Amino acid sequence: MAKKQSVQLKVNGRNREALVEPRLLLVHFIRDVLGLTGTHVGCDTSNCGACTVILNGKTIKSCTAFAVQADGAELLTVEGLIKDGKLHPLQDGFKQEHGLQCGFCTPGMLMSSYALLEKNANPSEEEIRWGISGNLCRCTGYQNIVKAVQYAANKMAEVKAPEAELAGGVK
Amino acid sequence: MIPPAFEYLRPTTIPEAIAFLQQHGDEAKILSGGQSLIPMMKLRLARPGYLIDINRISGLSYVREEDGFLKIGGLTREAELEASPVTHKYPILLDTAHVIADPQVRNMATVGGNLAHGDPANDHPATMIALGASVVATGSNGERVIPIENFFLSLFTTALQPDEILTEIRIPIPPARSGGAYVKLERKVGDFATVAVAVQVTLDGSGGCQKVGIGLTNVGPTPLKARKAENFLQGKKLDDVNITHAAQLASDESSPSADLRGPVEYKKGLAKELTKRALVRAIERAGK
Repeated sequence: MAKKQSVQLKVNGRNREALVEPRLLLVHFIRDVLGLTGTHVGCDTSNCGACTVILNGKTIKSCTAFAVQADGAELLTVEGLIKDGKLHPLQDGFKQEHGLQCGFCTPGMLMSSYALLEKNANPSEEEIRWGISGNLCRCTGYQNIVKAVQYAANKMAEVKAPEAELAGGVK
Repeated sequence: MIPPAFEYLRPTTIPEAIAFLQQHGDEAKILSGGQSLIPMMKLRLARPGYLIDINRISGLSYVREEDGFLKIGGLTREAELEASPVTHKYPILLDTAHVIADPQVRNMATVGGNLAHGDPANDHPATMIALGASVVATGSNGERVIPIENFFLSLFTTALQPDEILTEIRIPIPPARSGGAYVKLERKVGDFATVAVAVQVTLDGSGGCQKVGIGLTNVGPTPLKARKAENFLQGKKLDDVNITHAAQLASDESSPSADLRGPVEYKKGLAKELTKRALVRAIERAGK
């Protein structure tokens, strides 16, 4: 058997460490070793995006990366979106706008949308569709997913605007 | 799907990586973005005994103009290429980076890997052929520069020696009145091209063709350089008749296979149509 490798990384703000076989895929590491089962294995062929996580600020498909590659990295999974027991505006948006039916693609959709809003706080519909173009949903027809992302973008802008005012910033 | 077991090596310098390649020979594979290699390992189409992860080698990721060339580091991610302000001067590269796989894959996949994998269905090869690029191979005997047209030998086989790593891509900076385009037909985002065509053209003072490069994706065992079409257009007026004739020549040079994406006749027809469209767009951009 191949020599095991030590992997140390920060997952959702918490330091984690494990000894893994080099061939262990990142998605299996997240689910089976870390016990974070929010990240889904969908197609397992890099097509569907259900396994999307954010590694060092970039979305990747965790079914197409080895856990050893994440050594020293910062990893954000869907479990890391919730803050102080409150849903992230994106999670709230998916709920309010009915952005899911079976829910299998949702963790990946959330992570891709999260990365999109980090880069572009006010995306157009086309930009949203482009941002989630690596994620497949077989239920919704995407309409409500787009609405959910728009909902979140609006909510996040509302939160930001008063903060800027308080800080004496420009409206 | 669980990939076969392998030993994992993580060099931090190029000489260290080359030493690993020399030590393990055919049994070793370079892990760059891994977006083609890992799926192939899952399907047992590749079973390397050793993976040499070059992602921790610094200084291999850049896009810059230098000494008359646009230089792209072998480890540059597709997303980095897409986002680089320098790339915006090269619309053909933007066209290409934009249609490779999907956003998540582009965050990992590298330009060097897209070429070194030797897959005729990959997108950068045709673009680099159109641009007349070269690749820099670094091995135990130092660096050598390989013109892209001599790089692709057969399906998944390139001119890289077992102890060499593709470290840089060099594109001659095009002169004034140049333009390029990459036109790809894909069934859905993330799919390989059914057919795609890359064109880079330089116009002469009167709007004729001073120089043209044409590369074809996924219509043969290697990425194709449409030499007959290029030679025909050289020095010619770029009117509808000549463009249509060149597109026909490019289609004649292609040798696609029938697969899920369509029969041979369809793909040959596409090669013609997409060559026409790529030429028209490239000429339009060159004129601006």
